[in-house]
Amino acid sequence: MLVLIDKLPLSDWVNSFVNWLTQFTGFFNGITNFIGGIVNGFQWLFDLLPVWLFIVIVLGITYYATRHGKKWSLLLFELIGLLLIWNLDYWRDMTQTLTLVLTSSLIALVIGIPLGILMAKNHTFEAIMKPILDFMQTMPAFVYLIPAVAFFGIGMVPGVISSVIFAMPPTVRMTNLGIRQVPVELIEAADSYGSTSWQKLFKVQLPLAKSTLMAGVNQSMMLSLSMVVIASMIGALGLGTQVYFAVGRNNAGNGFTAGLSIVILAIILDRITQAFNRSKRG
Amino acid sequence: MVKKVEVKNLTKIYGKRGPRVKELIEQGKSKAEILEETGATVGVNQANFEVNEGEIFVIMGLSGSGKSTLIRMINRLIEPTRGTILIDNQDLMGLDKKGLREVRRQKMSMIFQNFALFPNRTILENTAYGLEIKGITKAVREQKAHEALELVGLHGYDDQFPSQLSGGMQQRVGLARGLANDAEILLMDEAFSALDPLNRKDMQDELLDLQAKMHKTIIFISHDLNEALRIGDRIMIMKDGVVVQTGTPEDILTHPADDYVKRFIEDVDRTRVLTVANVMIRPNTVNIDKDGPRLALRRMQENEISSVYVVDSERKFVGFADAKDVIKLIQQGSRDLKSVVQTDVPITHPDVAVNDLMDQLSSTPIPFAVLDDERQLVGIIVRGAVLGAIAGNEVTQ
Ligand SMILES: Nc1ncnc2c1ncn2[C@@H]1O[C@H](COP(=O)(O)OP(=O)(O)O)[C@@H](O)[C@H]1O
Ligand SMILES: [Mg+2]
Repeated sequence: MLVLIDKLPLSDWVNSFVNWLTQFTGFFNGITNFIGGIVNGFQWLFDLLPVWLFIVIVLGITYYATRHGKKWSLLLFELIGLLLIWNLDYWRDMTQTLTLVLTSSLIALVIGIPLGILMAKNHTFEAIMKPILDFMQTMPAFVYLIPAVAFFGIGMVPGVISSVIFAMPPTVRMTNLGIRQVPVELIEAADSYGSTSWQKLFKVQLPLAKSTLMAGVNQSMMLSLSMVVIASMIGALGLGTQVYFAVGRNNAGNGFTAGLSIVILAIILDRITQAFNRSKRG
Repeated sequence: MVKKVEVKNLTKIYGKRGPRVKELIEQGKSKAEILEETGATVGVNQANFEVNEGEIFVIMGLSGSGKSTLIRMINRLIEPTRGTILIDNQDLMGLDKKGLREVRRQKMSMIFQNFALFPNRTILENTAYGLEIKGITKAVREQKAHEALELVGLHGYDDQFPSQLSGGMQQRVGLARGLANDAEILLMDEAFSALDPLNRKDMQDELLDLQAKMHKTIIFISHDLNEALRIGDRIMIMKDGVVVQTGTPEDILTHPADDYVKRFIEDVDRTRVLTVANVMIRPNTVNIDKDGPRLALRRMQENEISSVYVVDSERKFVGFADAKDVIKLIQQGSRDLKSVVQTDVPITHPDVAVNDLMDQLSSTPIPFAVLDDERQLVGIIVRGAVLGAIAGNEVTQ
């Protein structure tokens, strides 16, 4: 049937929708300034810290997070890995990438957790959100770059925004899942003693969903890290830019070292968030 | 007598409910007929009953007869399809969300079959939950929670987590959580059903002791007739969502309303031929690998008994020690408890029928030691308790 019809003007429709949206420049400028502020804040902090202090802080955080089951090998790995990045002259690129990842994870968390809570509390909303989340995650990440550039120009901010869209679904999903997994009897117990919805949420549901939720946050963080190279195509600076350049110049060596730095950063972020998740009591 | 809870025509339909279901209910059709014709499940079918202040009201019935649905409608955890619930003459169905919350906070506490303790909170925090959400200050609520825990016999567990406690102890916490709240009504849905026989009996005793002091109004669900007879002031029997009979334990036993009740009473007994596990009591023991004669004597003095059972570190049975031998040992200055342990003790297994044991029981002065398959000492049998249990069992037949 479809072959008998002319090609549907689907892409034209999307284009005109995007064009129509661009008239709200004030709104998009507001978002740009806000996110730009967060990015600059992180970057300012990382530029301020000398390398040795940065490493000490990372080791300190890891030490604290793994206090219930010391992992000296992880501390050693972090020390060597970070020193290697510094030695390869990728330090500033690494902090830029970290800025991008932290900013987009933070935003994904702040938007994603409330959405997950709403999904858990409302069946209709869950039914609407599920396909949207699937769509967000399966759409090739490159595609997000186009509207991001249209609305936010080039640089860190559109990079953050496309990573947020790409990385948020696991946080939303796992928040929803974690809350729904709380045993019925515990919900009944909370209700039968006269808890309000908020009390139930903060005293029972969220604490019990915490480890599932944190697994989602960890996944989101890893996904946003995987956006780093793609985001570099629209001018988000960092290790991704180095990889992108290396590809352009057909320089396998530089591509490898920049890629390795991303892997080191990924492992450090992954292990620290996982350790925080495990260190819960009870 | 003051009526504390009054329930009129309380009905719960699960699944689709059209006007047709309502019609069929009013025509007095059964759960099976209604399911057949409309596909709707009747949870509770026009239940009527009253609970008096200060009584233990037991609701009994086979699985699926609507007990859990009924008790959850009393605090509206399950929203009734129709009917009226009066608590202290206040109509619960007329309350909005906030009013309902107030009633739940002030008047009723629920205790659950699988304890429903919050795994992320300490024992003390669990116990204080009801007070915490009422906004009581930390110092006051912890004080009250602590008192409630003492009341149910839990000392020194305040800072532990539920997973560190045994089932029996967890349900004590569940009970303490209910008591700390100072609610006048306790709703207990098969609260002791998940416990092993000895623990269950302990908890029943505990509840009766507490009730003698506190005079709560307790609605208690059970599927165990012996439990119902033991703790119930009145018993209500349900079948397929319908109330079949309400009365004192005596009423129910002497005038069962219909064949269902009669069969129910008989069934329960037939499946429950008294076994050793039903009548055994907790032994006082010493650990041969660790304890000496002085501790053995102390234990006997504490419990006012003249002999004590001896086990090893794995609770495997070794024998028993008599007070006069132990005293002699202490006078001689010896610490070798092993030398006075007697091993010629009659032994039996938890699954043995009590009737088969009667002859031997009357001929030996020493209590039987009950050993499980691993030869661990799980209980002892004393003659008095057995005779009592058998007498009770015969009356119900
Ligand atoms: N949420 C539910 N949805 C549909 N049917 C239910 C639900 N809860 C209970 N029922 C049905 O209602 C009847 C009574 O169940 P319940 O109150 O749990 O009985 P009991 O506690 O006596 O075992 C059963 O037939 C059960 O299948
Ligand atoms: Mg039940």
